[in-house]
Amino acid sequence: MTALSAFPAAKAYSDDLDIRITDSSLRDGSHAKRHQFTAEHVRSIVGALDDAGVPVIEVTHGDGLGGSSFNYGFSHTPEQELIKEAVKTATRARIAFLMLPGLGIQDDIREAAGNGASICRIATHCTEADISIQHFGLARELGLETVGFLMMSHSQPPEMLAQQARIMADAGCQCVYVVDSAGALIMEQTGDRIAALVAELGNDAQVGFHGHENLGLGVANSVIAVRNGAQQIDGSTRRFGAGAGNTPVEAFVAVAEKLGIRTGVDTLKVIDAAEDVVRPVMDDECLLDRLSLTMGYAGVYSSFLKHADRQAKRYGVSGAEILIEAGRRKLVGGQEDQLIDIAVSLAEKNSTLAGKN
Amino acid sequence: MTATSKATAAIVGSGNIGTDLLYKLQRSASIEPRWMIGVDPASEGLARATALGLESSADGVDWLLAQDEQPDLVFEATSAYVHRANAPRYAERGIQAIDLTPAALGPAVVPAVNLDEHREAPNVSLITCGGQATIPMVAAVSRVTEVAYAEIVASVASPSAGPGTRNNIDEFTRATSRGIEVIGGARRGKAIIILNPAEPPMFMQDTIFCAIPEDADREAIAASIHKMADDVAAYVPGYRLRTDPQFDDPNPMSGGMARVAVFIEVEGGGDFLPPYSGNLDIMTAAATAVGEGFAVRILADRTPAAS
Repeated sequence: MTALSAFPAAKAYSDDLDIRITDSSLRDGSHAKRHQFTAEHVRSIVGALDDAGVPVIEVTHGDGLGGSSFNYGFSHTPEQELIKEAVKTATRARIAFLMLPGLGIQDDIREAAGNGASICRIATHCTEADISIQHFGLARELGLETVGFLMMSHSQPPEMLAQQARIMADAGCQCVYVVDSAGALIMEQTGDRIAALVAELGNDAQVGFHGHENLGLGVANSVIAVRNGAQQIDGSTRRFGAGAGNTPVEAFVAVAEKLGIRTGVDTLKVIDAAEDVVRPVMDDECLLDRLSLTMGYAGVYSSFLKHADRQAKRYGVSGAEILIEAGRRKLVGGQEDQLIDIAVSLAEKNSTLAGKN
Repeated sequence: MTATSKATAAIVGSGNIGTDLLYKLQRSASIEPRWMIGVDPASEGLARATALGLESSADGVDWLLAQDEQPDLVFEATSAYVHRANAPRYAERGIQAIDLTPAALGPAVVPAVNLDEHREAPNVSLITCGGQATIPMVAAVSRVTEVAYAEIVASVASPSAGPGTRNNIDEFTRATSRGIEVIGGARRGKAIIILNPAEPPMFMQDTIFCAIPEDADREAIAASIHKMADDVAAYVPGYRLRTDPQFDDPNPMSGGMARVAVFIEVEGGGDFLPPYSGNLDIMTAAATAVGEGFAVRILADRTPAAS
């Protein structure tokens, strides 16, 4: 009998855990770190989170396997080296990695599995799940646990997401996540989407939630997700992630404990890890500032933040205007190249206006 | 009259691509599309071909190869699997094959870059839509300066990405990366494809990043890019630069490399497929350009040398 029983839709993850938490500081945090993680960063963060009892830690370039590139930013240290380091450091935690079909390829999955990662998380835009079928098939063949990411879930209604979740589950995905890449989902919108996936998938696959803080709702959305049947929750310690950052793991763990939801994570230890270990690795705090709030408000992919900021400086235009235009063009995750094009056209427009004055 | 002034062609595969190609070949001054081959009697493509005066059959390649008269050229718009089975049979009969599937049996051809090298090839591959759109730009840079690494991002409208692409998206990235190296002239290539479901659907958009030496002649590179854009637009009218090439000095996120970024848009011709399918249009337009290149040689061979 757990505190979850007050919510008929809620489902315990296992006999011991009500939900399983995955920390994404070393993957989503890669965006905030401009992909400059070192082996030492990985050792310290994995060590602290593992000690606090975080059961799954994700380590990859922010854009997934193969993300090191002109378009997304080159990695300081190859991600496969970072995965090896994480596997070596963890004593209890399992190491997960992310991959996006169209960017990463199946050989990348084989290599990560060979390096000891055991959970393969495959992400597609939330209307394009059918490009992941091959990759789920391979991951299962390799004996990996699988997770599917429906990115930008705010952009589709619950029933559409449920159809896409079905495609992933049929392909071998064991847990489909509602991924709020833009940090744009608001409370009931999260609950309705989780409920639709749970109803569609039944016992065929679990449902998870990945939140961002662009409207300040990461923890609240995650609690609602759990009450509607989500069994896996993502976060990043100290919000270390894209946009205003991810659901802060330490805050979510604290809230869960107060609600009687068992996460298996030691609250005080993870609070310490956030302050003493993760914060020193971060260049800056992940803030709910003008640009990141604009992303939640306009429904823009969180990883665009640093790129928009850089192009704004490079071309002397407004970062907020770049993001608003990205929202207007309905860009999806991965189209970072288009931000340059937007910045160039804004700069051209500005100089035309200046010429008229 | 047409028998001697035009090369004859069969289109194998009566789906969207084959049908769009049919309209382009009908306008060709050097190719006469005479046969349309499918496997489904109810195919709309076959019905359209019949209405336009082609001989159509739903009995597949067996029917085509059993005819008394054989085509000079065959355009294969089926699947990689089917093309692998058909290719040796075309070769036996001396029919030059232009392959629009990802089978990649013959040398890869991008008309604006390397058509002349392969006019005699019994079978050529058109690589991928992303390759047709981006490899010319890599080649435009590499003919001016050394390109140690080139990376392309192809964004296509979701409704224009068919099951062939979706079921085997790794094939796209691999084939395109290889083309960037072999034809584009980059030492290392990387390809990324993004499907965007925005409504109304977006035109195909491609970004090409090339690593260049810090002291490379940027004006010469930009001029070469503009020239190449014109050369491709000569056979793909909707192909255009969206902005001037953008040059960046090295920084930590660029892996310490200087780079040039090129932004392309491809608006489809709207022959059969909607204009947002620039990714499909560039394939059928490139196929037509390759076929016309072959036709020049075929017709020259046919003309008695003495006259």
